[in-house]
Amino acid sequence: MSYYHHSITLDYEKCRGCTNCIKSCPTEAIRVHGGKAKIIGERCIDCGECIRVCPYNAKIVVTDTLDKLSGFKYKIALPGPTFYAQFKEGENVENILEAFLGLGFDNVFEVALAEEIVSFMTRHYLITNKPKKPLISSYCPAILRLMQIKFPELLGQVSPFMTPREIAARLAKEEAVKREGIPYKDIGVFSISLCPARVTEMKQPMGIINSAVDGVINMSLVYKDILKQLTKNHKKEKNNNLQRATGTGMSWGYITGEAKALNYGSVLAVCGIHNVISLLEEIERGELKDVDFLELRACTGGCVGSPLSIQNLFVGRVRLKYLVEKYRTKTPYYQENEMLNFYQQNSFFSTETFRPRPVMILDDDVSKALLKMERLDKITNGLPGLDCGACGAPSCRALAEDIIRGLAVETDCIFKLRERVQILAEEVLDLARKIPPAMGDDSSKEKGRGK
Amino acid sequence: MNRINEEAENKPQLKLEFEIKEKDFNVAGEAASKVKKTLQQLGLTPEAVRNIAIVIYEAVMNVVIHATCGQLKVIIIPERVTVLTEDKGIGISNIELAMKEGYSTATHEIREMGFGAGMGLPNIKQCSHKLNIKSQVGVGTVLEAIIYLPSKDEKG
Repeated sequence: MSYYHHSITLDYEKCRGCTNCIKSCPTEAIRVHGGKAKIIGERCIDCGECIRVCPYNAKIVVTDTLDKLSGFKYKIALPGPTFYAQFKEGENVENILEAFLGLGFDNVFEVALAEEIVSFMTRHYLITNKPKKPLISSYCPAILRLMQIKFPELLGQVSPFMTPREIAARLAKEEAVKREGIPYKDIGVFSISLCPARVTEMKQPMGIINSAVDGVINMSLVYKDILKQLTKNHKKEKNNNLQRATGTGMSWGYITGEAKALNYGSVLAVCGIHNVISLLEEIERGELKDVDFLELRACTGGCVGSPLSIQNLFVGRVRLKYLVEKYRTKTPYYQENEMLNFYQQNSFFSTETFRPRPVMILDDDVSKALLKMERLDKITNGLPGLDCGACGAPSCRALAEDIIRGLAVETDCIFKLRERVQILAEEVLDLARKIPPAMGDDSSKEKGRGK
Repeated sequence: MNRINEEAENKPQLKLEFEIKEKDFNVAGEAASKVKKTLQQLGLTPEAVRNIAIVIYEAVMNVVIHATCGQLKVIIIPERVTVLTEDKGIGISNIELAMKEGYSTATHEIREMGFGAGMGLPNIKQCSHKLNIKSQVGVGTVLEAIIYLPSKDEKG
């Protein structure tokens, strides 16, 4: 398997080798070996569940830093609606966007603008193309990676559009070329993100070959500076008209936002990775054919529930809902005919198909895989079935799989080890009782032989 | 879930077994999802995995809805997967009619739960290559569906 880049990595010093994370991982991608957690790269979908459960904050997200800005002449920040939800209620979005200009950015482009475009294009696509139901949102990268591993047969039902962030990056660059006359290559677009999966997606895009986003910066790296700028700018009257998105686009930050913004047909919104898994199982069996569109999010509550979110999910949602309401009646920046034009020119359609990633496979040859499965069952049945995690694998079954793959041995199980030690101890005891014939008396000789 | 491995015709074979109880609506989904995980690990094509999961779900659902108890067996060899359900129950009086889309003998209660739409058997037929049903009214039904697996070259 080729090398996979992941945004989620381990802070080696902080990890104590506890087994909290291995259990929460939906793709069984973590093992604890040598007292430290290890992420199996090809299985990780960057959902961030491990970040949530780690009691020592040892799971961290590695992103670009503001240093990367220096590589470009004209820098544009790309904040999404979830970012707005991190500030105190009533904070003016224009002020938040303005604050980026004090951090070394030359301009700001709201991802929410592109979210409005995707809502329009998806609606148009559902009406004109009548795709297989339900059409599945292409928004959440963790869900797409989950589908590549666990639900490959459903990949054909994924919405054909690029993600809003990708579209926003392209529009931001085009705008800068037109308005400022700056060469395309000199423009750097930086996504300000709260999403570990989004970071990975920029480095290894799905649905397209190259991302127009030049860097992804973890929101926490700029949060304090933005707050400082906000207090500094408070009295100044600014009017750069950076704020252009409406409530429709902003609502994408919490669950049901995307589905409702579609304003078409029957929709369903599901969040939380384990809820999504059980729903996709139903879809795979051919259920829910009457649903036109599925909004799926790995995080409970949608993006405001991100593991990197500074605000509590429920607080963040209330704040975002307030903004959605505030900007609900605002006139959209992109007119319908413009958005239709984007659609007809195929500007924002994915160019690559989503390919399955069968990483759970035991062997390429079905016959050999069947034999391995037989061994796997035998080993599993011999294990205690407690799923205690002391071996470093999330369950007894997962340990058995690791043994089959040659990555672990049976005595990694402390119960198996104890069994072996017990047998050995009995043998030792047995041997210890034996006395050389020349030394022992007749009775002990009888005992030893009798055994 | 019991699993018995047998060496038949010197070919590797895997057999998965599940007990089905009356009105146990969860067992169909559980069985389908457990078998699916195994099939994915065996490296079957996504299409085959999906078809087999649907056949299992619908066949088990039929037992849950119409019979008093039964058993599901899934037998996997490199060439094909056989899904077998055997139940004790009312049986099917007219198999031809039962195969018709939308024909259902499910009770009002079952339909209110969202099941019994008369699509079970037609779905099984559509998702499998061979389907045999033997039924005796008042005794029970045996359903056998076979899904052939593409060989390595056909997979592409």
